[in-house]
Amino acid sequence: MIEIHNLTKIYHTTHQDIVALDNVSLSIKRGEIFGIIGLSGAGKSTLIRCINMLEKPTQGSIIVDGQDITALNKNELHLARQKIGMIFQQFNLLSSRSIFDNIMFPLEIAHVPTQPARQRVEELLEMVGLTDKARVYPDQLSGGQKQRVGIARALANDPKLLLSDEATSALDPQTTRSILKLLKDINSQLNLTILLITHDMNVIKQVCDRVAVINDSHIEEVGDVLSIFSNPRTPTSQSFINTIMNKGDTEEYTQNITKQQTGKYSRLIRVSFIGSSAGEPIISSMIRTHDVDANILYGNIDRVKDVPFGNLILELIGTEETVSLAMAYLMNNGLEIEVLK
Amino acid sequence: MIEYILATTANTFWVENSWIAEKVLMATWETLYMVVISTFLSYVFGLPLGVILVTTSDGHVLESKGFNRVLGAIINAARSIPFIIFLILVIPFTRLVVGTPIGTVASMVPLTLAAIPFVARLVENSLKEIEWGLIEAALSMGANAWQIVSKVLIPEATPSIILGMAITTINLVGYSAMAGIVGGGGLGTLAYYYGYQRYEDLVMWITVIVLIVFVQGVQTLGDKMVANTINKRR
Repeated sequence: MIEIHNLTKIYHTTHQDIVALDNVSLSIKRGEIFGIIGLSGAGKSTLIRCINMLEKPTQGSIIVDGQDITALNKNELHLARQKIGMIFQQFNLLSSRSIFDNIMFPLEIAHVPTQPARQRVEELLEMVGLTDKARVYPDQLSGGQKQRVGIARALANDPKLLLSDEATSALDPQTTRSILKLLKDINSQLNLTILLITHDMNVIKQVCDRVAVINDSHIEEVGDVLSIFSNPRTPTSQSFINTIMNKGDTEEYTQNITKQQTGKYSRLIRVSFIGSSAGEPIISSMIRTHDVDANILYGNIDRVKDVPFGNLILELIGTEETVSLAMAYLMNNGLEIEVLK
Repeated sequence: MIEYILATTANTFWVENSWIAEKVLMATWETLYMVVISTFLSYVFGLPLGVILVTTSDGHVLESKGFNRVLGAIINAARSIPFIIFLILVIPFTRLVVGTPIGTVASMVPLTLAAIPFVARLVENSLKEIEWGLIEAALSMGANAWQIVSKVLIPEATPSIILGMAITTINLVGYSAMAGIVGGGGLGTLAYYYGYQRYEDLVMWITVIVLIVFVQGVQTLGDKMVANTINKRR
């Protein structure tokens, strides 16, 4: 759906050249929800704006649905943009127009005749659940409702691609969830490709199929969300995952453990698990078969696209031999182990 | 003067001075249409100029740095000439257009010409207040420059443009009085001929009061219109 080849964007200011994107290549498949995560200033905003040429790339090509978007003339670009919807963090609704007329706006731009256009607006209002708000103005809506209007507006001309520029960053967690659910529904109903940028790992976790981690103008890592979550390869990915994965305060537990030393041999370990093993009673079978006690000090289970993952901090108590055998047993069952103390 | 007023009864005072009412009414009417038509004409030319100033600026939809700089310089030059000098400077042009430099119709030429660059800057300010995100959203939908001007910039800036019109009208009331001194007609001519040259203080004071009422009226009307557009949206 989108092929980005060697995309570079340099901003020339009077004092210096700022490299916003450095030789970025990326491939986004039709029908997927693709997330780009990065801190502010990493270049994600520039990247998404290059895809509809709101920012002109300095170098490189961007092929959207077989068409090199960087090689179009003005009129061709206007037409291409009508087939690429975009939603924004600040919603960007026209305050001079009612909700109905805001959704009508892209249809006017595309010169859709009034009758079919009005019918289309009615459909879109129903899709986003705002039929009763048709006649009111944006100032009267909540943030979540405004973003729904933004989504309806972006879908008006039946786009093949939807770009989402931090669309939930100005919303509270509950509203964020409902907007993300709407995006996911639209994605599956219309087979619409969605490219979103965010700094919030929760957004990636909740809706994305694949994710690219962008840092310092480079794409550091690309992969499906689950594999990045289970096996982040770069410090940037790791720190994003840490923002939502509560791993427990290791120091606190290691201190506690020293206080309750009982003379017996003990080890403090972190067990990370992902996928099916989270559902199996491995810990209890370890206790039964290996003559160790397990003291659970901390536990956390989360889901990424319906696959459970999580981590436990365990104190294993026994003899040196039984404890090391127990740890081997856990590893043999596909769990990852980190010895904390 | 004071003895004169004391010596006459109220009745005879008004009978003897009824010509004043007639003159003031006539002059007020002249000022009104001079100012209203000049304001209208100055927007016919000044509004597009303001739009061009904004859209050709750096990073905007019709970016054209050189053109923008030249246009800006011309507008600044026109605005730096004091109106009283401008009035004399454009006499040959006025004669060309109207046939005579004297009278209310002739006054509209310098009034309009002086207001155009002022209006262009006011409109520029109004349009610059619009958040870039709105323009970006329209661009992302495939809008061309004309659609952005007609469907985003002007409608979104309407309340601010209306307030600018009130300011322009009020400024032109002041300018029209200056034009009146060199034979432009309206309240300015009245105050100058009768109030200044013939020592008819009463005429001068009535003129002042009419002007105050006029300016208040224009501002109130402008504020009302803005309040109405904004209330509709809330």
